[in-house]
Amino acid sequence: MLAHLPILQVIVPLMAAPLCLFLTRSRLVWLFALLASGLAFLISSLLLQQVMVSGTIIYELGGWDAPWGIEYRIDQLNAFLLLIISAISTVVLFAAHTSIQKEIPADRHTLFYILYLLSLAGMLGIVATGDAFNVFVFLEISSLSAYALIALGKDRRALWASYQYLIMGTIGATFILIGIGLMYQMTGTLNMYDLSQRLPEVENTRTVFTAFAFVIVGVCLKLALFPLHLWLPNAYAYAPSIVTAFFAATATKVAVYLLIRFTFSIFGLSFSFTTLPLQMLFVVLGLLGIFVASFAAIYQTNVKHLLAYSSIAQIGYMIVGFSVSSVTGLMATLLHLFNHALMKSALFLALAAVVYRIGSVQLSQFHGLGRQMPFTMAAIVVGGLSLIGVPLTVGFVSKWYLVLATLENGWWPVTVLILLGSLLAIVYVWRIVEAAYFKPPLAGREGINEAPLSFLIPIWTLVIANIYFGIDTRLSVQVAQAASQSLFGVSP
Amino acid sequence: MILGLYNYWIVVVLMMVGFYIVIAHGNLIKKIVGLTIFQTSVFIFYISMAKVDGGTAPILAEGIKQYSNPLPHVLILTAIVVGIATTALGLALTVRIKEAYGSIEEEEIQEKDNLDC
Repeated sequence: MLAHLPILQVIVPLMAAPLCLFLTRSRLVWLFALLASGLAFLISSLLLQQVMVSGTIIYELGGWDAPWGIEYRIDQLNAFLLLIISAISTVVLFAAHTSIQKEIPADRHTLFYILYLLSLAGMLGIVATGDAFNVFVFLEISSLSAYALIALGKDRRALWASYQYLIMGTIGATFILIGIGLMYQMTGTLNMYDLSQRLPEVENTRTVFTAFAFVIVGVCLKLALFPLHLWLPNAYAYAPSIVTAFFAATATKVAVYLLIRFTFSIFGLSFSFTTLPLQMLFVVLGLLGIFVASFAAIYQTNVKHLLAYSSIAQIGYMIVGFSVSSVTGLMATLLHLFNHALMKSALFLALAAVVYRIGSVQLSQFHGLGRQMPFTMAAIVVGGLSLIGVPLTVGFVSKWYLVLATLENGWWPVTVLILLGSLLAIVYVWRIVEAAYFKPPLAGREGINEAPLSFLIPIWTLVIANIYFGIDTRLSVQVAQAASQSLFGVSP
Repeated sequence: MILGLYNYWIVVVLMMVGFYIVIAHGNLIKKIVGLTIFQTSVFIFYISMAKVDGGTAPILAEGIKQYSNPLPHVLILTAIVVGIATTALGLALTVRIKEAYGSIEEEEIQEKDNLDC
């Protein structure tokens, strides 16, 4: 059983999805989906433990030897990502039953859980697999279910957002497919490890350059790197709140993982960073993303929009860490993956609770909520502090490593810009705090109570995790360090 | 040399035609048509890359020495299925958009959205 964990990780949610159809009652389906996601979380914890103790796990599907068969290769990086995705998915799903009562018509509840599990399976598959074409297939499984999930939003703008995401997402995925095809043409293999062995022989051909360019652009579309981020704000703002909480924490992270996997493991460090001006390109786009998106966030009147733009800015930080291309830089990126997943899922879940109570996320409707929903708003404050990077929250840990990494490289102007970017975060977080705590409650809204426990428990689990991992950084830093050292080929 | 690689020229031309339609047209159905052409060009790319001159289908039989590579052909079967799913989902969304907005022109939808804000 233990030997089959890598495939069970993907198969459990994938098989659970169609089984949902047999359970007719909404509550039963919810419990079943929660069970499947919880199992995935358990499996990923076991996998991470195994990997940290005994190194990379190689699993051959159906017993066919790689590179002929498909293999799943779990190293520290994959295991870390698998843990993030399955953990967030489980915590978010906990609140789903209550939240979708008011946001999705009752006859679509079962479909919602099916799509959710499929999307989860797709993301876990992208991360677990060691085969380049398999990545494309899982990417499309998770994306297609994502488009449908977003279209479940109550507002008609959800449909338009979903359509735009579908067009952009498909172009991105097809670009990746073209890249993979060109790589196959040059090497005759699709196995990632095998590719990394054979690509250096043909490294200086135009075909490999083209393949690299297609893959990078495709992945950057998926991870919403500025200026390819246009699909993201509306998709996050109009999707059902639970879907936003799940995707904001996981979907773009998976794309960042792909970027790291393709540049570091497949094409190799020297090709990715010396033959092409990737470093320069990413540091500029990352910083531009931080500033443009943070400024845009300041002027939003819809809080979901505000946090969506902030997500684009946070992606910018990850890309800057990536572009430093040192062990510390990559560590900062991986830590920020983990930390940003924690803070954004907490923040968006808190917004889901607000939607549940008042049915709106307009900033003007937040007036006086600090007194009416004290626990939910306190969660938003802690999440916001984490977003800014205040010490004792997780946000501080990743910013700290990012600053260290840029200073190590002597990029002090970049350090200054990163810190300036954090100041902008203060402005947009303050706007929410101001509305919630310093404005009198709106007239005719006296009866608003605190959100039910089914929201508060997952929200505060995430908030406490935000503080806990900000103080006790052993788990996250150790894993991120191990993953980043193994990617650079430094033996720990 | 250049004419010998004509299959790649077809791929690139189709790819750009599809891509251009997606970007330039405001009609949602036309965008999906463009997207499908774009994806199809990639299918042709995979299929033509695996064809070996004079090779046949990879079935063991007497007197046949040369086979085409079947792997990309199989891969593209998967990609075709994915493409159909995408098209179907895109069209379904278009139907819902038509119901909700009363239009499938990008500009008109955008205008109505701006009024909502």
